[in-house]
Amino acid sequence: MQHLIGYIVLFPFLGFLVLFLLNRYLSKSMVSLIGVGSVGIPALLTMLVGLNYLNDPDGTVRVETWEWFQAGSLDPGITFLLDPLALIFVFIVTFVGFLIHLYSVEFMKNDDGYGRFFAYMNLFIGSMLILVLADNLVFLYLGWEGVGLCSFLLIGFWYRDPENVKAAKKAFVVTRIGDTSMVIGLFLLFAHFQTLEIQELLAAIPGKWAEGSSLATWGSILLLGGAVGKSAQLPLQVWLPDAMAGPSPVSALIHAATMVTAGVYLIARTHVLFLQAPDVMEGVAIIGALTLLIAGTSALTQTDIKKVLAYSTISQIGYMFLALGVGAWSAAVFHFMVHAFFKALLFLAAGAVILAMHHEHNMFKMGGLRKRMPVIFWTFLAGAASLAAVPLITAGFYSKDAILWLSFAGEKGNSALWLAGTAGAFITAVYTFRMIFVTFYGKQDHETAYRPGYLILIPLIVLAVFSMLAGFIEMPHNMAHVDLFSGFVQFSLPEAMPQINKPGLEWLFQGISSLMTLGGIFTAYFLYLRRPEKPRQWAHQYSRTRQFLLEGWKFDRLYRYLVIRPVTYLSEVNREDFIDRIYILMAESTRWWHTLLVKTQNGRVRWYIMGTALGVLLILAIIILI
Amino acid sequence: MSLESGLILSGILFMIGLTGVMIRRNIIFMLLSVEIMLNAAGIAFIFAGSSRADPNGQIMFLFILAVAAAEVAIGLALVILIYQKFKTLDIDGISFMKG
Repeated sequence: MQHLIGYIVLFPFLGFLVLFLLNRYLSKSMVSLIGVGSVGIPALLTMLVGLNYLNDPDGTVRVETWEWFQAGSLDPGITFLLDPLALIFVFIVTFVGFLIHLYSVEFMKNDDGYGRFFAYMNLFIGSMLILVLADNLVFLYLGWEGVGLCSFLLIGFWYRDPENVKAAKKAFVVTRIGDTSMVIGLFLLFAHFQTLEIQELLAAIPGKWAEGSSLATWGSILLLGGAVGKSAQLPLQVWLPDAMAGPSPVSALIHAATMVTAGVYLIARTHVLFLQAPDVMEGVAIIGALTLLIAGTSALTQTDIKKVLAYSTISQIGYMFLALGVGAWSAAVFHFMVHAFFKALLFLAAGAVILAMHHEHNMFKMGGLRKRMPVIFWTFLAGAASLAAVPLITAGFYSKDAILWLSFAGEKGNSALWLAGTAGAFITAVYTFRMIFVTFYGKQDHETAYRPGYLILIPLIVLAVFSMLAGFIEMPHNMAHVDLFSGFVQFSLPEAMPQINKPGLEWLFQGISSLMTLGGIFTAYFLYLRRPEKPRQWAHQYSRTRQFLLEGWKFDRLYRYLVIRPVTYLSEVNREDFIDRIYILMAESTRWWHTLLVKTQNGRVRWYIMGTALGVLLILAIIILI
Repeated sequence: MSLESGLILSGILFMIGLTGVMIRRNIIFMLLSVEIMLNAAGIAFIFAGSSRADPNGQIMFLFILAVAAAEVAIGLALVILIYQKFKTLDIDGISFMKG
């Protein structure tokens, strides 16, 4: 059964090739069939492989296909590695990916680039599968760059608008900074271990690099650089809000559910290296905590519904980084899974709303959609409840609670991290329900243009069910002893043990975070339904603060002054390129010598002979005299 | 004769040949001067060979003779062609191949 892993990766690439090459010869229904089928089949195969794997979860499965290339001792193979961590990611990528493809069939049906869209989406799924299934870091890097490319192509999908192209370029360049750091990290690892096979590396690192040694620290910092680029964390988070320029399914698939979690995957995959660098681990936690606060507060002021979701994505990945930083590996992966469900759901539902409102993104021009689009409303509510971590009934509560508890009680946890996480939970609830109340309640200003069909509703309902129920496979110890998830993941990731083992304290903390969520919901209710004039008044009063938050803490402006301006200034100064001048000078001097020497070529044979004789004389003189 | 006086003779012959090549403007005389230079080199070989009782000197002279014969054959053919084309044998008159 396990040899099917190769086919999971193969189908999306086949789909891409067929759609890319034969796009203009295929009918629309054919394109949909290939585009969705090439993700649907891997989803089915993943279920088969997964069920088979669950029966015997111990140990990892390696499937070798062929050698990629060989250079010295570097011989990366097209080899797939399946362990619980990879299986969870593959499941999310194929399953959520399949639902999003299904949704896209209806969402994109009137678009000119229908075939192109599905080709890129399939390429993305294929690259992401390579990323999570690769057994060596070189192959992983291929997938890593593949998803970066697809991200560029899909953000700029509506390329006729220069703004979209700009956003695509920004995403590409900013993530490229992280990629460069990661590649240097790979060089460092290879220089010291002569291999980039993940399993060999993980086995060799603890023996060779002592805990806290500078090499381990530098190695993990470089890999962390790649992770923060791809996962849109501080300081490279600026690309994600702009990435909303792409179609909604793209935002759902790439910028919420899967690609941006590649950084989380990378850190979890190389956790042995990070464990050898405690300082960097602490840095990861601090980055996560800061990012979740910055992104959360920015989300509070956004008016574009997709931007709210984009900032919430950054914030939720911040939670995952916080969990990774305190060593709560399985909690991070668990939150990734739950987040993939509800965030895909939220983006897809938001896409349906935007479509119904004639491509209007501004929430404040919507309002009252609850009655008009009941299914969208209820599924969106389910996703939002999960995002805000409504206690007990949503999956988001269980995953976020695990992170918050371990950020305090875990081995590397402390109260500051917990405080940041809890404050973030409050902010999350406020902006999430602000979105709900503004979009779906109040009075309706505009007519809805269209009714979503089944292809849009079914993925929403399925994802809503998962956003609610996925939490019950892993529950806190003090509530019910269910640890299906962490029990499964612990075959590839070490288990995090709380240092404090007081059920009473755990109850208290759960109570506090529940209160935070409910308080946040009430605040949003109070401010946007009962007293809608208050926020408007504040926006007027504190317009500077609002502007600051609206622009995501003005990081764009900071980078404009810190990086972009100096670079453009330098290039302006160096328009003539001083290095070029050196070569121009060489060319000039060659020409000068040419004009000089060409005079000796005067066509007089006797002159040449004289020259030869003089030359001989000179050489003889040198030989004799020296 | 000693090797020294022989080499002096050869040197004088060579300088005469070289001067001829350099100052003569008629191609045929230039060819003649080249022949003198070749023979000067040949004499040097023979003197060197005989002073060491080594037959290789004479063998080299035979080679030089063969080269000189070939050179004269090609050189005279060129002279005929040059004369046909330019109606002159003055080497300074045909100096249009310049850079």
